[in-house]
Amino acid sequence: MSSPLLAVSGLTKRYRRGGKTIAAVDDISFHIEPGETLALAGPSGSGKSTIARLVLRLIEPDAGHIEFEGGDFLSLNGAALRARRARLQMVFQDPLAAFNPRAMVARVLDDPLRTHGVASRPERTRRIAALLERVGLSADLAARAIHEVSGGQRQRIAIARAIATKPSLIVLDEAVSALDVSVRRQILQLLLDLQRQERIAYLFISHDLGVISAIAHRVVILDAGRVAESGNARAVIGAPQSAIGKALVAAAPKLNRTSQGAADRQ
Amino acid sequence: MSPLRRFLLAPEAIAGAIILVALFAMALTASLFFPGDPQAIAGPALLPPFQDWSLPLGTDRLGRDVLAELFHGARTSLVVGLAAAAAALAVGAIVGTLAGFAGGLVDEVLMRITDAFQTVPSFLLALAFVSVVGPSLGVVVTAIALGAWTGPARVARAEVLSIRERDFVAGARVIGMHPLEIAFREVLPNALPAVLALSSVIVAAAILTEAALSFLGLGDPNRVTWGGMIAEGRAVLRTAPFLSIIPGVALVLTVLGVYLAGEGVVETTAVRRSLS
Repeated sequence: MSSPLLAVSGLTKRYRRGGKTIAAVDDISFHIEPGETLALAGPSGSGKSTIARLVLRLIEPDAGHIEFEGGDFLSLNGAALRARRARLQMVFQDPLAAFNPRAMVARVLDDPLRTHGVASRPERTRRIAALLERVGLSADLAARAIHEVSGGQRQRIAIARAIATKPSLIVLDEAVSALDVSVRRQILQLLLDLQRQERIAYLFISHDLGVISAIAHRVVILDAGRVAESGNARAVIGAPQSAIGKALVAAAPKLNRTSQGAADRQ
Repeated sequence: MSPLRRFLLAPEAIAGAIILVALFAMALTASLFFPGDPQAIAGPALLPPFQDWSLPLGTDRLGRDVLAELFHGARTSLVVGLAAAAAALAVGAIVGTLAGFAGGLVDEVLMRITDAFQTVPSFLLALAFVSVVGPSLGVVVTAIALGAWTGPARVARAEVLSIRERDFVAGARVIGMHPLEIAFREVLPNALPAVLALSSVIVAAAILTEAALSFLGLGDPNRVTWGGMIAEGRAVLRTAPFLSIIPGVALVLTVLGVYLAGEGVVETTAVRRSLS
């Protein structure tokens, strides 16, 4: 019997504001299988991004367990945690804010390789060129500054950076929300291709149910830090049971056409 | 418009730059025009300026060439001013970055130390340090830096506090980068422009502090300093006021030049940053 890639149980994060304690994430449990895409959907403030940051250990939970690749992820610290991070990567919403404003494309891709022990410089240069080509960009782009490339190219570079250390799970926090529609489609296709070839699992965070039904296998709908409902992505989006699920579906007018696209894909 | 052109279009920045260039030229050519010891006796004592063209600015109480002393003094002022400011900015940037990035106990400890240094008047601190350790160029530089690093430390910490919340820092953590590498390679370079904006004020203050220490006889005794020259001239202030006025004017012009040129640089880079 294979254990899930990522198993989250009872995850809770509370913030104190003006004497009152608010649970941003309240007793959330879910799991992701290898090569699977799980979407987290929900309105603003429902705790989606907080969960992403908790799973990545960017912030520490108040309660709960996170198991990643069969080990307790929350007990890791220091060098052991940093080494483990190679397997769990992230792509941010704003591809400009996600990079050091002074960086060159080559350095952005060099960082994960150097950090995770690819020692020789010529080998890293070769790997950087390969990564750029992998995400559909020209290897010449390595010599450009990060602010000189377009938004779509920048998000491809962010994906190249995320796959540089051969992760088994990538957290995509609204990774396509800031892109315009034509670029969004290309990036989603790139993510699907990478998943098919490398069996990478995605934790896909979005408020856009159209995009979710195109890419996700399962969906968890959140409301105010709690799970409202979860299940097969198309089943949930096709016939939502919870009030918040119905509201989200009603707010997505282009739903029919995109779910048709998801059907074509299979 | 390029920053250089914008700099060249600001008259006060030009004035500052011209003074600074002249000062550097004086410092660099001091041993070329006035080889040998500037403290050696060159002519009759207390010769007024513009009397003898081999000694254009006259001589002091012991018959030393005032112009030679002025050139060699420029060297001391610049070396001490720049070295002390560089040391203060480096220490301040490192302490501020560590405090802001680490947070918690490290932040508390470092900032309380900064408070402690800041509550002691910096000139008193320099005075005490030089009197205890003994006057030499290195000690004077250290003494001045000791009172000047707290400003840069506070600015660096404030910048780091805002930068460390940005996505690219989270991105570096997700990559698995070592926290010290994140602090000094990702965060510090982005905090640096705000810290460097202080440099003109710090250089100017360091030059003044050095002059004040020398005036009180706590400068390096083996070097000519403008402060020392003013102190020398004080004894004959009524009969030969030029001995105090000449190095005094040099000091004023230097501080003014450093400040104007520094402000010019800050202004031009600030505009560039707000545009981008």
